[in-house]
Parts: sequence; structure tokens; C-alpha cells
Amino acid sequence: MSLTVESLSYTYGAKPALEDVSFSVAGGQFAALLGPNGAGKSTVFALATRLFATQSGTVSVAGNDLSASPLKALAALGVVFQQSTLDLDLTVRQNLRYFAALHGLSGRRVDDRIEKVLGQLDMAERAGETVRKLNGGHRRRTEIARALLHEPKVLLLDEPTVGLDAPTREALVAHVHGLCAETGLTVLWTTHLTDEVWDADQVILLHRGRVLADGPCGALRGDATLPAYFAEMTGVDA
Amino acid sequence: MTLHHLWIVLRAVVMREALRFVHQRERFLAALVRPLVWLLVFAAGFRAALGLSITPPYQTYITYETYIVPGLCGMILLFNGMQSSLSLVYDREMGSMRLLLTAPVPRWWLLFCKLMGSTIISIFQVYTFLFIAWLFDITLPGWGYLTALPALVLAGLMLGTLGLALSSFIKQLENFAGVMNFVIFPMFFLSSALYPLWKMAESSELLHDICAANPFTHAVELIRFALYVDFNPTALLWTLLAAGIFMGLAVWGYDPERGMMTRKR
Repeated sequence: MSLTVESLSYTYGAKPALEDVSFSVAGGQFAALLGPNGAGKSTVFALATRLFATQSGTVSVAGNDLSASPLKALAALGVVFQQSTLDLDLTVRQNLRYFAALHGLSGRRVDDRIEKVLGQLDMAERAGETVRKLNGGHRRRTEIARALLHEPKVLLLDEPTVGLDAPTREALVAHVHGLCAETGLTVLWTTHLTDEVWDADQVILLHRGRVLADGPCGALRGDATLPAYFAEMTGVDA
Repeated sequence: MTLHHLWIVLRAVVMREALRFVHQRERFLAALVRPLVWLLVFAAGFRAALGLSITPPYQTYITYETYIVPGLCGMILLFNGMQSSLSLVYDREMGSMRLLLTAPVPRWWLLFCKLMGSTIISIFQVYTFLFIAWLFDITLPGWGYLTALPALVLAGLMLGTLGLALSSFIKQLENFAGVMNFVIFPMFFLSSALYPLWKMAESSELLHDICAANPFTHAVELIRFALYVDFNPTALLWTLLAAGIFMGLAVWGYDPERGMMTRKR
């Protein structure tokens, strides 16, 4: 398994945010961590990126336990945060170079990788533009390109389509699905939007800090539509 | 994790701080105007009112302008240390600190890199200030400009670690005003930056003792002695001790187990 979360529980003070959350995602799979607002998705995300330390339970990335060998686990992880983490005054290439350095990459190899990942995201011609000049969709693609720079095994994205218009959103969802199919990348995509999930995707349905369902989207929803299934399980309209 | 990797990270973080600095010219100007106003206006006004006797490292009578130069160098380092702490809080809110903290590099090294970046920029500002002071005929021994460098680095790191430690405990940007009132001003005024400690003792023993315990006093004295090609071991020890304590607090504050990331919610 590329990403394994086992018996994860987490509380903010006395308030439980996650209770015994377990799931795993196989290599090359696109998995959607689906749940209404407040389900605990962001907490799973913060724990899986080690911004928070686990209180109980474990997270392992490509076989590396995040608590026991954090640096190895983080090296195998690509992360796209909900909030943009790009430096607006720097160009796309400068942003990517900075990130590459944080991962210990330098020299000619970095420039080659930058060309490659920007090409994958159809951003090659924007490399020299400052981020401030890019629209929301292109900024997101830049962040995804950056997260792929160090060839991670697993890509985590926290509601990456927030603030994007419908066509851009659709294109981005298709793009990341394509990456999974073409490169064997494992993706965990958190969202509350059911139209971002495809039938072949694994769905981990999270509600009030618990996993309600986990399986292929098509099998879970059966004859119902995904929004109807989502509403039935959570009591919240998708 | 190799030494080469650590070096690449250090270089990248310092370069990023430098680029950010280049993009914020107003910040550079503001950082220079502040000590220059003190030097050229405040000091000129107080020159007649304050008599200074000869105390080490000075070997002759000095003007008040000359006396406050090391303190104003310290002021630049102090304000910059706090400014970089502000940028850390801002970074954290903007998310780019998250990017840094999810890099596969030990956290203490990441924090140290941030610190080096802001210290190098502070020192560049100090030398610009000293150059302008020199243009106004407030001069130091020639070698002093060189021997001050290690003292400035150490003082800059100490004040930077203080900012770093504070930033890990400041939850929101708005709370930064409190830092100005409760950290920067008391630290600056309760120190030997503007008046020698023996002067302070004349008016209040208690205030004198507070000043003597203030790490900023020791940072200023370290710089003062170094500017006159002299060495003050007590100041060095105090500055090192303070830097160690503040760095410990910063690493503790940024530890995911108990740090700000958890409390922020």
C-alpha cells in the first residue's frame, strides 16, 4: 500500500475530531477523501503531512512510518495545500527551484525536472511569469507541478479546487486523474464536492470524524447517483 | 539527509529572504530611517543635556552621537528580528511556512536557515547605517568595522531567535502590536543603547538591575566593544546564553507535538 492510515484518533482539547479512522490507498489509485465541511478531512490532512503530530494511530507513506521516520515519509510525499503557498513575487520557475532545494535537489537535474513537470501540467510556457500574473487555475497547476518535482510516490491535495470556476475545476480533476493513470502516482484528494469523483476512484467517506464507507465509488453508490448516496449516508446535501 | 542537502536548503532559504527583501524596498528604507532619526535628530538635541564620562571601551571624551551608534546598530537588529517574526506569523497564515515545515529536513535546521537569512539582511542594513553615519562624520576606528562583524552576527542571531520563539507563540497577526509594546520598546529603553548603565543607576537601582539583566544590553555592549576593537566576555556569555534559551523555546514552539500548529485551531 502506498498510503496507510491506521486507527487515527485526534482531539482538539476535549473535542474529538477523528475517531479510529483507518484506510489505505494502493499504488496508482486515485482516492477521494469525501465528506461535508467539518467532517475531519483537514485534520487527516494535517496529520498525514506532519503539521500535527499523531495522538494515537499511525500514518505511513510508501512504507515509511511518519512518526518513526518522518524525513523519509515526507520525502515520498507531494503536498498541495488548500491555501496557496506560492511566492507571488517570484516566477513560476523560481518558486519551483526553491521547493526543489528544500528537497535537496540542485543543478542541471532540477531544470530538467522543472521542464518536465511544467510540461505535464501544460504550464511550460508560463515558467518565466511571476505568479501574481497567473489566474487561479494556473496557480493551482503550478502548485501541483511543484508537488511532483521530487517524484513523490503519493500526492495529497486538500480541496485543491476551492475558488476555481467550473471549467477550470473540471480540467484540473481530469488532469490529476490522468497523472494517476499515466505515472502510477497515488493520489489522496480531499473534497466535499461529489462531481470531482469518478466511478473508478476509491471513495473514503468521512463524517463527524468517522469513516462511514470505503470502496470503489461505482460499487458504493450502486444505482443511486453519488450526490444521492452522499446525502443518504451523511444526511447532508452534496 | 546529507550535508550537501542541508547546504542547499540553507542557500535557498537565505536567497528567498534576500529576494523578498529586494522586493520590499520600503521596508529597507523604514529600517534605515528609524536609527538615522535617532542619530541625527534625537542625539543632536540631547548632546548638550547629557554629559558622558570616559568608560571602557572609550579612551577619550565622546559625543552623545558616538555613544548611541552601537545601540542603534542593536536597534536595527532588534527591529529586524521582530520583523522577521512578523513575517513568520504572516507566512504561517499565508501557508508558506507549511511548505517549509513539510520539507524532509529537520525542523531545527529549517528554523536556523530562516534565522540566518534574516540576520544576513539585518547586517547589511547595519553597515548601510554605519556608512551613512560615517558620511555625517560619526566615525569609528577603521578596524572596528571589521571586528564588529562577528558581534553583529551573534547579536543578530540572538534577537532573531527571540523573534522566532515569539512567533511560535503568537497565534494571529493582530497580536503583533502587543509584541511592539511589550517586547521591543521595553527591551530597547531598558538597555544601555541610549544611556550608560551607571547613569541609570543614579536615578534608580532597580531600573539599573533590570537593564543589566536585559539580554539586549549585552548584545549592545558586545557590539560597542567590538566596534572599538575590544572584547567584552561577559556580554558574549550573556548573549550566547540568551540565544541558546530562545532557540530552545523556538524549537519547542515549532514542535508538532505541542507547538503552535496544534494550538492554532
